[in-house]
Amino acid sequence: MSQAQTMPAIAPSSASALQRGLRSARLRRIVRRLPHYLLLSVLAIITVYPFWWTLVTALSTTGDVYSFPPPLWPQDPSLVNFIEVFDTIDLLAFYKNSLLISGATVVGTLVICSLAAYPLARMQFPGRKLVFGAIIATMILPAEINFLVNFITVSKLQLTDSVTGVVLPNLAGAVGIFLMKQAFEAVPQDLIDAARVDGANEWEIFWKIMLPLAKPALGALAILTLVTAWNQYIWPSVVMTSPENFPLSVGVQYLSGSFSFKTRVVAAGAVLTVIPILIVFLFTQRYFLRGFDGAVK
Amino acid sequence: MAHSRKATLTAYLFLTPAMVLLLAFAFWPVGFGSYIAFTQYNLIDAPVWVGLENFRELFDDELFIGSLKNSALYLIVVPVIQVLAILLAVLVNNNLPGIKFFRAAYYLPVVTTVSVIGIIWNFMYNDDGALNAILRWLHLINEPIGFLTDDRIALFAVMFVTIWRGLGWYMVLYLAGLQAISADVYEAATLDGANAWQKFWRITVPLLLPTILLCSIMSMLAAVKAFEEVQIMTQGGPFQSTYTALYYAYEFGIKSLNFGRALAASLVMSVVCMLLAWLNFRYLQPKNP
Repeated sequence: MSQAQTMPAIAPSSASALQRGLRSARLRRIVRRLPHYLLLSVLAIITVYPFWWTLVTALSTTGDVYSFPPPLWPQDPSLVNFIEVFDTIDLLAFYKNSLLISGATVVGTLVICSLAAYPLARMQFPGRKLVFGAIIATMILPAEINFLVNFITVSKLQLTDSVTGVVLPNLAGAVGIFLMKQAFEAVPQDLIDAARVDGANEWEIFWKIMLPLAKPALGALAILTLVTAWNQYIWPSVVMTSPENFPLSVGVQYLSGSFSFKTRVVAAGAVLTVIPILIVFLFTQRYFLRGFDGAVK
Repeated sequence: MAHSRKATLTAYLFLTPAMVLLLAFAFWPVGFGSYIAFTQYNLIDAPVWVGLENFRELFDDELFIGSLKNSALYLIVVPVIQVLAILLAVLVNNNLPGIKFFRAAYYLPVVTTVSVIGIIWNFMYNDDGALNAILRWLHLINEPIGFLTDDRIALFAVMFVTIWRGLGWYMVLYLAGLQAISADVYEAATLDGANAWQKFWRITVPLLLPTILLCSIMSMLAAVKAFEEVQIMTQGGPFQSTYTALYYAYEFGIKSLNFGRALAASLVMSVVCMLLAWLNFRYLQPKNP
């Protein structure tokens, strides 16, 4: 209900009456929405409470870990549990590995997807439709086979336990190519024609016109790729065999597997693992929360 | 415009890196994987052709049959997740104060790595964990429920986590679908005296059908392929009660290096997935009025 609809019901006999009317209209509007907010809150508690419990446990220092009822606020809060994570595992190495894997995946994805998208969007050549069809077809290929055979391939290439082994299979994706193709298709033809008249070759058009104009799409693709790469778990856990090469997602699982009796420390490790990506998410929500069209525009 | 040989060459130069990677990591797995399913292969010795032996062993293995059943059972997450996601999308499809906070809150599990989700839910499901504490406080139980240690319950506990972590993802897809519905349609319905309930069933649901179809397919395929949660929370236990088909393939492939059996299992799942996708398109395709 918009205010415009409720307004005319109030007789504007005097300024104060109008104000009182406005206030009661707003109040009524909120009261009417109360069940709505109640439902929203119950659902939010279900999705957020497990995170909150973990944070409270990581920050608390006294009392039984599983005391009853579960404390809603940290008991004697301190950061000792977080410090103990660093003493128990080489968390800094895990951070470094995660950064390396995510960084390489983002850069590689942007380069390879935009390179492939440019001719598909703006050039005429034999086989164009076939190539694009093949790329789109990878989306419906049975991906459950990939994971096992890619492990065989990476082993045969002697890339196990290496960043390259983790990153390489994830660089060329149909979604990324499709996203960049759409961005390139939106670039006005006049700009390209003008550049051609000035003697620019395809590479120069790609580098000096296409990429700068596709910055929003590059940004969206970078953020989506970053979060996916940071969060992936199974594939790096299979490729990386020595603990010093683990990214955070695998390292924190190692922490919880080997030191499960230190519940508060494991909770602190979980918090330290998700915090960087949650910060990225909070600042870039619009890329995630607008659905597919939001990622392109 | 005639294609010059040079232009064609340039185009393919741009395409080469992506094509090489897709060939190696998307197309090769389908071909080679299908071949390996008919061989004995342990990564070290050359593959030995054994015909249908792997499939025979697979269907003689009670564990695989159980895994298939669990993967089929896993499909019950689909209607739950879709109904809840539509509800969430409808609830957040407005500009109420604070609505952005709620959208972000529902999306939080989607941007959290599955390994941390496993850790958090191990805490929640603990005998003395928050969930048992709340149930005891409500006097619903006297003894703690062994969510992950009772073989009759563990699979459902894992499924709940799948629902919990997937809701936000589908909510966003439905939100996009809802926002594509023109406000005029609702206004016209209001003028005709339709109430909210009627508007939901007569306008929202029919116009959302393409999104519902897309999300149902995605959700079904994800459900029969579920195994990350299993790998992290239960490793197939207790008493192998949470084995899913792909977890079976993971165990036999990555853990035991029995790639023939693992890929045979994957191939069976690929066929199941294709059948599911086909059935969806065949029977759920919205009919044009």
